[in-house]
Amino acid sequence: MSEALVEHHVLEYPGGYTRSVGPALSRYLSGLRDGVIVGVRGADGRVLVPPTEYDPVTAADLDDYVEVGPAGTVVAWTWVAEPRPGKHHLDRSFAFALVRPDGADTAMVHVVDARRPDELAIGARVAPRWAAERHGYVTDLEAWVPLPEGQAASPAPPNAAADASDEAITGIVTPIRLEYDINAGIAASKYLRALGERRIVGQRAVDSDQVYVPPRGSDPTSGAPTEVEVEVGQKGTVTTYCVVNIPGLSENAPEIPYVCAQILLDGSNTPWFGLVHGVAPDDVRMGMRVGAVWVDDPGPNAGSIKWFEPTGAPDAPYEEYKDYA
Amino acid sequence: MGSVRTAVVGVGQTRHVAARHDVSMAGLVREAAREALDDAGMDFGDVDAVVIGKAPDMFEGVVMPELYLADALGATGKPMLRVHTAGSVGGSTAIVAAKLVMAGIHERVLTVAFEKQSESNATWGLTVEMPFSAPLVAGAGGYFAPLIRAYIRRSGAPSHIGHLVAVKDRRNALRNPKAHLHLPDIDLKAVEESFLLWEPLRYLDTCPSSDGAMALVLGSEDVAATVPGPVAWIHGTAMRSEPTMFAGRDQVNPRAGRECAADVYAQAGVTDPRRDFDCAEVYVPFSWYEPMWLENLGFCAQGEGWKLTESGATALDGDIPWNPSGGVLSSNPIGASGMIRFGEAAQQVRGRAGDCQVPLHTGRALGHAYGGGSQFFSMWVVGAELPA
Repeated sequence: MSEALVEHHVLEYPGGYTRSVGPALSRYLSGLRDGVIVGVRGADGRVLVPPTEYDPVTAADLDDYVEVGPAGTVVAWTWVAEPRPGKHHLDRSFAFALVRPDGADTAMVHVVDARRPDELAIGARVAPRWAAERHGYVTDLEAWVPLPEGQAASPAPPNAAADASDEAITGIVTPIRLEYDINAGIAASKYLRALGERRIVGQRAVDSDQVYVPPRGSDPTSGAPTEVEVEVGQKGTVTTYCVVNIPGLSENAPEIPYVCAQILLDGSNTPWFGLVHGVAPDDVRMGMRVGAVWVDDPGPNAGSIKWFEPTGAPDAPYEEYKDYA
Repeated sequence: MGSVRTAVVGVGQTRHVAARHDVSMAGLVREAAREALDDAGMDFGDVDAVVIGKAPDMFEGVVMPELYLADALGATGKPMLRVHTAGSVGGSTAIVAAKLVMAGIHERVLTVAFEKQSESNATWGLTVEMPFSAPLVAGAGGYFAPLIRAYIRRSGAPSHIGHLVAVKDRRNALRNPKAHLHLPDIDLKAVEESFLLWEPLRYLDTCPSSDGAMALVLGSEDVAATVPGPVAWIHGTAMRSEPTMFAGRDQVNPRAGRECAADVYAQAGVTDPRRDFDCAEVYVPFSWYEPMWLENLGFCAQGEGWKLTESGATALDGDIPWNPSGGVLSSNPIGASGMIRFGEAAQQVRGRAGDCQVPLHTGRALGHAYGGGSQFFSMWVVGAELPA
């Protein structure tokens, strides 16, 4: 039981981050929606695609937009033989490539939907395959495809999107998702496992009497490891608190209004954030004595303590807890 | 202090608003940078290095602003650094930029801090639900309101003191065309009747959520001699940090803040901040943090901060105005907020604070920022005269 607890975690802002795209990307994204590729002429005359707002060499403002492509040339590429489901743009083998649209001096990263790697080479000619429904994202250009010698790229089909509009795109939504495993660490895992057994166990360093709940593995005042486990009381004193009247954004956030308190558990030296329930928010006081209420089926996580409720005992005198607020 | 005397030679900022849908993040920082360079009589090509700061990455989902915004800030071919110290980042970014000049490494450094809060939600960003923990604290207010209650208990302050600050800073903001909040009808009654968010904090006791950017150009003594306008000399800089939680930690009056102030005062020869400064721009995101920081920064004795606020000493016409610009309570592009404090302090000693200008007697001002759970502090003292 000494191994650290690990849990899978997904970090994702609900609904996705927004981006005000600014003038250059507004031209670019509106162009993709309309089935054209837009670049910008830099201070030295080179055409940059996607367009930048500012010259990468001189930092000058840029606004000389030019249409490039539609055909392009592969500048560099790599073959993805086994695409990963849900991770890659296509569900069959394809190439990631740097493609320089005709008339541009820079190449853009995109995918080339080729059947076999021998269809690709540095200098290979490619043409865009446009999505039928286009909304102003880089995926409106679904993929580049090999362009047979002597053929010209076809124009984009009319936009079949139900909400197709001619207005300039000024903002987009960019979902960003980060998935990873979180390791609670050895010290916190001991504390969390104890919560699963309805016990609150802190730690202290060998030569200190300061008990940390939850423990972080070391005493921040000395850096010494907190090797001594100390079971603390399930009752404590509200050192300070606030009544929260705005809802949290998490699905599991408590219903408002609720009382979030710093609670100094008996035998602990660090106040601990907890909910105070079972009492009207207006009746909560600094110094109030409260006790832990456990969920029916506790596990190794902080949610095992549902909240704290008043014990009915007399309030602790201010002098006893004033240094812990 | 380094060996090269260093000055703020250019200051620029955006007009701070709830949402700048008309510009990208690049366009936002560019506006502030352009204004600061114009003020210094420079162009991007004149700058030796760029230092950028913003608050936690989850606020916009941009984890590498130093890469993403290099073009907009003319950083190609130059050193570009990113600084990150939570809400104090605007201050620490300016200090890192200043140190590059003080150390004799560069002559002209552009520094920019920003936040585009409209791209997501800072309350979410500050309280992301994580495994093993319970979702309890709703945003920064949920963290700081209990500390404010502890301050009130400790000092015996009457309950209206916070509201006085909320009114005073918003009235100051009416003189500042760049401020986000312009509330011409603000008064005590409006604050008292505003929605109770995190008791004891009401809606108007809290800072807004803003899009905005601040930029400074730092120059050496040689550079300062060539720029068109007056400069603000840097008389001292200091930063301190402490853990969020340790046994015996005074969260209401953090030791890191006290020691940071003592350090920067010692460098600048400040012995009585109330007397030695003409004004202070201090990071006050919740109204009660004015009396709390008055004590933490040594402008008065412990327990006396609220009396100073109540007496009107910190008002624009008081003997030690705090946040003549309207402060964080009137504009809060989080990552930029600290640099706005530093920059507004510089504008005061340059005599460039417009309708927010205070009379200059000592010619010196304090810029202050804090961040995290009151665990990062950054401060500088600027003056109209060369440092001793």
